[in-house]
Amino acid sequence: MLKAIVTVMLKKGIFDPQGRAVQNGLESIGFEGIGSVRVGKQIELTLETKDRAEADSSVHEMCDKMLSNPVVESYSFEIVEA
Amino acid sequence: MNWGVLLFPGSNCAEDCFHVIDKVLGKPVTYLWHKDTDLGDVDAIIIPGGFSYGDHLRPGAIAHLSPAMTAVKDFADRGGLVIGICNGFQILTEARMLPGSLLQNKGIKFLCQDQTLKLDNTDTPFTSEYDPGDVVVFPIAHNEGNYYAKPKTIAEMEQNGQILFRYCNADGEVSDATNPNGSINNIAGIINRAGNVVGMMPHPERSSDAVLGLSDGKGVFVSMLKHLEAKHGSDQ
Repeated sequence: MLKAIVTVMLKKGIFDPQGRAVQNGLESIGFEGIGSVRVGKQIELTLETKDRAEADSSVHEMCDKMLSNPVVESYSFEIVEA
Repeated sequence: MNWGVLLFPGSNCAEDCFHVIDKVLGKPVTYLWHKDTDLGDVDAIIIPGGFSYGDHLRPGAIAHLSPAMTAVKDFADRGGLVIGICNGFQILTEARMLPGSLLQNKGIKFLCQDQTLKLDNTDTPFTSEYDPGDVVVFPIAHNEGNYYAKPKTIAEMEQNGQILFRYCNADGEVSDATNPNGSINNIAGIINRAGNVVGMMPHPERSSDAVLGLSDGKGVFVSMLKHLEAKHGSDQ
């Protein structure tokens, strides 16, 4: 079994209100020097295949069709042993 | 002339839409189910608001892949009228039937309020009952209503008259100060290039029956009805 760890983030340049709120929160409890905060999603999938190339192409398709919205989000992933 | 209201698990404004067509317009209306592959004999489809599939992943992300949406796309490709309201708008952008996307409100808060809107393009099957510059009040109720599209896309939409409604104040002023959710150019409702698919965050169905205190939204449904009646008349 393989595991895909997918990270989905808002594209650079798109304002992330949640990240801004987290930054404000961190600053309000005394953390200094934070340049910016952006909040994304991590999605973990286990895959029955042992073939990494097949897993790679399948996860790309999942990201393009459902896991991310390419209009506003970018994604990256790594495939590891489950 | 039949209207269809498309239901997903988690839709919660469907009955309001059904009521407007059935009781306010007095026209035949039926519910369509997200698993339907055949939408039957409908002339207009309403995709109502709510939280389809619990808004999991992203609003509309799972709903737009359901079997009925393939049929809705075919219906729209044949020129059928489709209007997505609130979550319905989010579903239509996820389905790429409308450009752009709805991001989280700039101020993070869920917004639930009566909202003044300014009419832009009224030469459409959805807004012909209004005049450009009219100021109307429809409720809004959303967490992800912050309309975003690339600057080039926005410029094209502006040029093509694809903006129908903008957030404004009671005097019709459109500015950052009158923008509740951070939408680019205060965009509250848009139409596709072909002129038969609309998405809007405000709820016209919640302002279509005077007993509810607001009736400005009825014009959206009356516009659609008149368009359909004119079309049927010319078909015969």
